[in-house]
Amino acid sequence: MLVYLVPLFPLLGFLLNGLFRKSLSKSIVGIIGSGAILASFIVSCILFFDVKSGGALQVQPLFQFINISSFKIDFAFQVDQLSALFLLIITGVGFLIHVYSTSYMHDEKNEHFARYFSYLNLFVFSMLFLVLGANYVIMFIGWEGVGLCSYLLIGYWFKNDNYNYAAKKAFVMNRIGDVGFLLGIFWLLSKLGTANYNDVFANVHQLSSTDITGITVLLFIGAIGKSAQIPLYTWLPDAMAGPTPVSALIHAATMVTAGIYMVARSNALYSLSAVAENLVAIVGIATALLAATIAIKQNDIKKVLAYSTVSQLGYMFLGLGVGAYTGSVFHVMTHAFFKALLFLGAGSVIHALHNQQDMRYMGGLRKYLPVTHITFLAGCLAISGIPPFSGFFSKDEILAAAYANHHEVYWALGVVGAGMTAFYMFRLYATTFLGEFRGTEEQKNHLHESPLAITIPLLILALLAVVGGFVNVPGVFGGNSSLHQFLAPVLKTENVPELTSSKDFMLMGVSVGVAILGIVIALAKYIRKPELNEPQGLGKVVANKWYVDEIYNTLIVNPLSYLGAFFKNVIEKSGIDGFVNGVGTFIQYSSRRLRLVQNGKVGTYILLMVFSVVVLFVVFWNQTNIIDFFQKIF
Amino acid sequence: MIALLLILVPVIGGLIALFIKNETTVKGFALLVSIITLLLALAGVYSNSSSQLHYDISWMPDLGSRITLGLDGVSKILVLLTAISLPIIITATYKNTYPGAGKFYGLMFLCQAGMLGVFLSMDVLLFYFFWELALIPAYFLCSIWGGEKRIQVTFKFFVYTFVGSLLMLVSILFIYFKTPDHSFAMQSFYHVKLSASQAQWMFWLFFIALAIKMPVFPFHTWQPDTYEQAPTAVTMLLSGVMVKMGVFAVIRWLLPIFPQASQNNSSIIIIFAVIGMLYASLIAIRQDDMKRLIAYSSIAHVGLMCAALFSNQQVGMQGVIIQMFNHGIVIIGLWIVADAIEKQLGTRKFSELGGLAQKAPTLAILFVVLCLANVALPLTNAFVGEFLMFNGLFLYNPVIAGIALIAIILAAVYTLNMIQKIFYGNTVALTENAHDSSFNINAALVILVIVVIVLGIYPQPMLNLAQQGANLFITKIP
Repeated sequence: MLVYLVPLFPLLGFLLNGLFRKSLSKSIVGIIGSGAILASFIVSCILFFDVKSGGALQVQPLFQFINISSFKIDFAFQVDQLSALFLLIITGVGFLIHVYSTSYMHDEKNEHFARYFSYLNLFVFSMLFLVLGANYVIMFIGWEGVGLCSYLLIGYWFKNDNYNYAAKKAFVMNRIGDVGFLLGIFWLLSKLGTANYNDVFANVHQLSSTDITGITVLLFIGAIGKSAQIPLYTWLPDAMAGPTPVSALIHAATMVTAGIYMVARSNALYSLSAVAENLVAIVGIATALLAATIAIKQNDIKKVLAYSTVSQLGYMFLGLGVGAYTGSVFHVMTHAFFKALLFLGAGSVIHALHNQQDMRYMGGLRKYLPVTHITFLAGCLAISGIPPFSGFFSKDEILAAAYANHHEVYWALGVVGAGMTAFYMFRLYATTFLGEFRGTEEQKNHLHESPLAITIPLLILALLAVVGGFVNVPGVFGGNSSLHQFLAPVLKTENVPELTSSKDFMLMGVSVGVAILGIVIALAKYIRKPELNEPQGLGKVVANKWYVDEIYNTLIVNPLSYLGAFFKNVIEKSGIDGFVNGVGTFIQYSSRRLRLVQNGKVGTYILLMVFSVVVLFVVFWNQTNIIDFFQKIF
Repeated sequence: MIALLLILVPVIGGLIALFIKNETTVKGFALLVSIITLLLALAGVYSNSSSQLHYDISWMPDLGSRITLGLDGVSKILVLLTAISLPIIITATYKNTYPGAGKFYGLMFLCQAGMLGVFLSMDVLLFYFFWELALIPAYFLCSIWGGEKRIQVTFKFFVYTFVGSLLMLVSILFIYFKTPDHSFAMQSFYHVKLSASQAQWMFWLFFIALAIKMPVFPFHTWQPDTYEQAPTAVTMLLSGVMVKMGVFAVIRWLLPIFPQASQNNSSIIIIFAVIGMLYASLIAIRQDDMKRLIAYSSIAHVGLMCAALFSNQQVGMQGVIIQMFNHGIVIIGLWIVADAIEKQLGTRKFSELGGLAQKAPTLAILFVVLCLANVALPLTNAFVGEFLMFNGLFLYNPVIAGIALIAIILAAVYTLNMIQKIFYGNTVALTENAHDSSFNINAALVILVIVVIVLGIYPQPMLNLAQQGANLFITKIP
């Protein structure tokens, strides 16, 4: 029952900080908020080592959530290798972000500071819920929970209407995905009468191939929304409106990895549907490339990182699509380290520059922010896939798996994307940290390294970003792929043929070579000439994110809005209502004229009754036609 | 005995209240009576003794009608809703003043008694009697204490519902003459044999009355106007409880009496209900008036209930039964906030509001929780109901369920719009000097929020009650 403590601590933190936000001092709030996550982390460690040592962790349901005759859904948690690993990532990285926040958010007013920490705790709570649930419905509770928390935190500065808009967009986009998720659950329930992972995966043979394809595709729509893939990715870059540590939390520890978790968790289903696997892979690689092109042209430091997250998530989905489940989960882990590091590093920069996020007004920060600089560089090398940094091992595993499963095209496109990744990351690095400072004199005089609460989390994350890859060293380097062995009981359908070591080395050589090339070009270009120009031509289209937001607005949002206005102003006013009022007026008028009865009102009722009968008669007469008409449609 | 007392207490309380002149006295008295009714209802919900839950006495033997009252699973849930609503409404609107307060509260109680009667009646004529009894006080409440356009709007409301009632009466009388023993008793009606075409006609006469009450598209146009013009306390009663009379009557009467016709006509009704959901949601997105937005949101939610009712699935039926309760709780809360804002600032227009969260943080938090329930977020009470209803609809037809689910996306849009435009952003001239809500409003909202969360985390007791109801009625449909 230890497992129930894991989400309980953040929940208590949320309640305490939320309810007593006016009376608690900032230091107490920080201790409660961070301490709750630390406590969860400690319990998670215990659970993790239990699982690792082969301890059987049968978790009893807490109570029956929905128990009706056609199905039964328990309020139950489950700890296995996959969820234990995610627990460590969520609480570990989450804890560092909390500590960082105590300093980063210190200028906030007391009660808003507490509000911030209570939301942060709630966010971690929801994510833990999502990962721990023993069935799809409990997962869905956490799933919508993180959507809510992202809404609350993106719109944390609620006086700013643009931020509110971004928050709303995140929630609505997620909801679109959630509809798919819900339909998938309904389909599962209708066929198997259960949503428990164990029961579903044990009974997949009862499902027809149509069922499996339908369910997996619908669930994947949910993953598209939550993990910001084409076509529902546009909320994530806008989510930058929230405070920077929140971005780190969304991008690294919680939220966006949920989609990966869900597909990996459902590997028993996905591996049976070639259609779904191909869809996942294609959406993944397409998103990876599209987001990378956009990242190249962004000038806002957080936007570059945001699009890089979208792109890296694309790689993870590519891995899931080609059957490399472990590789994807591995990349979730390494990405959590280096992306949290990069975002927190960016936050340190923004903090030092007094909320300047535009890279055109940065430069030369290496001298002023030495710790931030060196840790940030480690993050850049890790995400670019330079050996022996962590990102190298995980990205390489996904690309090699694509190649080994005869998706050479995906592999080639993935390598191109890796080159772009290296390029835009070092474009960011060069314009921010190298060269001369391009901000105002006043900013320059105030430049200073951030306090310990910020730099210590950076150092820890940098260490993890450097060495994190060693937990899963592949055979060619004499490792024993320990993560594979650890996760094998959950990711049973992993399917990656062995490559010969010569081929393996060749593939690595190519991708590392392309990445280094990207770095060299970026450095050569931006050290010499760090000023970022206003983009022209195609560059402008890319800088404006291919105008995808505008296209969505024109094609979907605006027409629906106009339709609503049309219904409101025309149909309601003159259509249905006009008809009813017209009838009323007509009857009042005629009854007065006809003086059939003394009391006008009674007359109204009688006439109206007669009238209604006539209307009904007409409806009945045509009823078969109406029903036929609709039956044809469906 | 409880069944009878549940009606007698509000009737007697209401009659006494009519003659109390002093406003403070009548408010205290009203709160007391409503709490007694609530305690009775709670006793009824927890009781299993048949003698407590049933009451039967001869009424009009020549006609074959008896006063038969009974509390079963479905009616327990609705009686509880009706009984909880009134103390909450009275508390939340405690500071509102009404000219002739005695009459106001008296009529409220008579209306409540009528609704309780509707939920308790096991005899069709009695049911019809209470149906009208609930309607007439509501008509007076709207036309006397309503807003500027009250006469016009109340007329529309009255015509609509009255026409419906007449159609229903025709149907009831027709079936009565077809019963072998010429009786209005529930069992006689359930076992009546009608030819296919008779059933078809009578089904529609009956259904249109209920469709107006719910209301289902395209019979809904009385609702936004009435909700806007009625005094807010009455709007709460209408939208929180009275619209459930329509849904309830489908479960209690329509489906069991016309099993075959219900099934034959289900596709057209479900299609209209789903169209109505999307139609009302799109209109809600474009509203600038808080009350009208809530009204259209309610039409969308009730549309889902109607669709699930006719999906002929037990899971959907169970969802409808618990959602009747949940919807009532949530929407009463939303009206309370709307009323608090209007009473304090004199407007309900989003374009004139903004930034209220800075001035009224408590109200903002409570409102946001209720809004989350309005979009059926998991761990709020509405999630369980909507999950089951959509599930039922999915079993009926996956494509229709998929289309209907678009409504939950639109719900997120208009609900978050509403939060943003009232509470977020910078303060405007009107909200510059606003203050937080008063104690009585907060108390009422806190109780509702607790119900929202408790039933969201642990819905099983409610589901068990609903199961009784769903078992009883779904089996009637072949």
